[in-house]
Amino acid sequence: MTRLLILLLAAACTPLPALAQTPADLPPADARGSLLVRGATVHTVTQGTRVADVLVRDGRIAEIGPGLSAPRGVRVVEAAGMHLMPGIVDAHSHIALSSVNEASTPVVAEVQMRDALDPTAIEIYRALAGGVTTIQLLHGSANPIGGEAETIKLRYGTLDPDGLLFEGAPRTIKFALGENPTRVHGGRGVRPSTRMGVEQVIREAFTDARIYAAAQDDARRAGRPLPPVDRRMETLAGVLDGTVLVHCHSYRADEILMLVRVFRDFGITHLTFQHANEAFKVAPELAAFGAGASVFSDWWSYKFEVYYSTAYNAAVLTRNGVRTSLNSDDAGMMRTLYHEAAKTQRYGGLTDDEALALITINPAQQLGVDARVGSIEVGKDGDLALFTADPLSIYARVSMTVVDGVVRFDAARDGDDQRLSIDPAERVAAVRLSEDEIDDACMIDAFTF
Amino acid sequence: MFSVRTAALLAALIPAAASAQGAQYRPVAGTFALTDCRIETVTNGTIERGTLVVRGGRIEALGANVAAPADAVQVPCNGGTVYPGLFDSGDRVGLQEIGAVETTVDIDEVGEITPQMRALTAVNPSTVHIPVTRLSGVTTVLTFPRGGLLPGTAALIELSGYTPDQMAAGFEGVVLAFPRQGRRGSFDRREQAEVDKASREALAKLDDVWRQATLYARIDSARTAARDASPQPYQPEMAALLPVLRGERTLLVEANAAADIVAALAWLKDKNVRAVLTGVSEGWRVADQIAAAGLPCLVGPVIALPARDADRYDRPFENVGLLAQAGVLVAIRSDEEDNARNLPFHAGFAAAYGQEVGFGPAQALAAVTINPARIFGVADRLGSLEVGKEATLFITAGDPFEARTHVTGLFIRGEQVPLVSRQTELYDEFLRRGAATTP
Repeated sequence: MTRLLILLLAAACTPLPALAQTPADLPPADARGSLLVRGATVHTVTQGTRVADVLVRDGRIAEIGPGLSAPRGVRVVEAAGMHLMPGIVDAHSHIALSSVNEASTPVVAEVQMRDALDPTAIEIYRALAGGVTTIQLLHGSANPIGGEAETIKLRYGTLDPDGLLFEGAPRTIKFALGENPTRVHGGRGVRPSTRMGVEQVIREAFTDARIYAAAQDDARRAGRPLPPVDRRMETLAGVLDGTVLVHCHSYRADEILMLVRVFRDFGITHLTFQHANEAFKVAPELAAFGAGASVFSDWWSYKFEVYYSTAYNAAVLTRNGVRTSLNSDDAGMMRTLYHEAAKTQRYGGLTDDEALALITINPAQQLGVDARVGSIEVGKDGDLALFTADPLSIYARVSMTVVDGVVRFDAARDGDDQRLSIDPAERVAAVRLSEDEIDDACMIDAFTF
Repeated sequence: MFSVRTAALLAALIPAAASAQGAQYRPVAGTFALTDCRIETVTNGTIERGTLVVRGGRIEALGANVAAPADAVQVPCNGGTVYPGLFDSGDRVGLQEIGAVETTVDIDEVGEITPQMRALTAVNPSTVHIPVTRLSGVTTVLTFPRGGLLPGTAALIELSGYTPDQMAAGFEGVVLAFPRQGRRGSFDRREQAEVDKASREALAKLDDVWRQATLYARIDSARTAARDASPQPYQPEMAALLPVLRGERTLLVEANAAADIVAALAWLKDKNVRAVLTGVSEGWRVADQIAAAGLPCLVGPVIALPARDADRYDRPFENVGLLAQAGVLVAIRSDEEDNARNLPFHAGFAAAYGQEVGFGPAQALAAVTINPARIFGVADRLGSLEVGKEATLFITAGDPFEARTHVTGLFIRGEQVPLVSRQTELYDEFLRRGAATTP
């Protein structure tokens, strides 16, 4: 009893230390917060870099400038000496998904990653701890035409999958060329087993969708009952009319050119190549078509189609006018995308803004959400990452990550166990090492049908 | 500032003038004076402005008042810093070309007990990975086999040379993948009883192998004592373990989960071998026990996910610093097949997240230079810039751990290594390839 009293007294007399945060403290997904970050070096990415205050009100960036004061009740983060950048956007991820590939048939435009979304995945919190706020969850690369992807915000803390959805983001879909689809389907005697086959599978699917859409349109115009709805064809018709944006897994220059040709023939203009290790070889063609590339900083040689790679890929693409982003495709690397961006200064000498654009405004543009995120501008979402130093320095650490004005990662309040859900059957904690990591997240479930 | 490309072009042009195309990778021997350099000796502080003389493969002189010899080729650092070559204390450079093409992967031999499999045998001196790796200042790597209980013998190699013998850097160690207890992540759906059984059986197998090796060693000693020259029964596995049992060759014990590290320490206690722990992902959980056992650690990867879902996000980044704080002699490894060139970044992350416990850039530099040189017993030749040591070193225009820093000069065993790799060649070829053709 005495001891308890002493403890209580001690607690009353000392200032409260910042309590470790638990996931239960995090606000609901629909929360829109307010915050004043004062005195940081602000990397707006699109409008230069300067020391400034940034005020977020009700989830949106309200003001950027010197000497801002916080409205009553708005938290002030003193950030002199620190660096503020837009929340990082990762255009290629497979975290927080209970399944990744519907590989039973080569065209599966009807499936949606939204149905596999797990908002409790600890990887979401870890990505926040790396300054990431928006990601695209892609179907795997087992199919020439995979399922529909989902762009989400990392509103960790919610148990509602729909709470993560980036409201208003365009629909996107995954395509895949090369070794993965030919291995998965060709390996069991189903087309495609070659890069020739991949082209024809895509052309056939587009042609079917064109016929389907025309039949629907004709019936609608004529006031006839509509033909039966086919979800696969509906999504592909969306690809043809530009409402569903294509992100295509690809590596070799020849297959990249093939898809550009197919898209030109079908009049589709929005196209982003994912991985695209050999995009540097056809950068002028990509620039001429207006296709984007979302690439790795330095991953290579894990399979034959990435053997003739170069870490200078992003720099060559950028210098040739191709809209380029860096992605992770990996739960580990997505935590250090700011470091991946810094590598483009070693490999090709990109400027600070060019390097940061690769993980902010450029992927935001590729996902069609650049009006909302990807730079620090008044009116944009209050998605921010605060660093202890220049984010392009190896010594930088993420101090705070803000989504919609809500602090969802705070290094000062980070506690040990940030899981939202715990397996009640687990008696001994599993220990997963880097040697256990799945090398190719794109191929999860690809051979399990 | 030098760009890698400019430097690579310059370096490539010099030998190309005198010889055929394709010679752009050939290192150049000679006497060199590195002038106007900041010299980071690692063991004897920093010389803010000085000269370093390379002759006959070794560092002949270094200091603020050293003059460039008349016969030396001058290599101006332009104020850049000279560092000893970096060690990657664990990767697969030379053993793997393309991950998914099995015929190009020489890492995992058939069998659980194969300590006689020597990495040095399979190191491919012509792999495109070697030039790619060394351009980040990584000159010396421990390349090791994996798979099974005793997968083989790792080799320390220098990343220049036309034969494995030329590349051998004077250390080999037998790898022991200490049996893992517990589950390996959420995908591991084995029952607990099954997990326990597998771990018990693996440990029993290890003990059994060790009993055989001990017996083999006793027979060998007895035969030597009796001057028995008759041929021994051919047991290559046992012959490979013999120097380990006699404390003449290091046992590299891979252990990562805290429970496995503790079990490995207990197992090693009465073995009287020269042991080094490798991996050590959860070393921070049992750092005091490792320090008490006096075992050095080759730690990494640093840039990695936490081993447990309940662990704080930055544990792998802090791990090296926390081990060092406990008094463990640490070296850093990338554990990479494809990107050992990222070793300096692993060191940088360890420094960024270790500063609160006294592990900053200087400690991180030691963990990729002199510490591994000492652990591998090659500190008389490598790991620092000192007169008489091998001239294996590189020049940078900044902090070698920063991604934006370019390496502007590279010497391995006193030979100037051209700053060119297939990746820089592709850059040079395609940066301005020309106008688009219509696809």
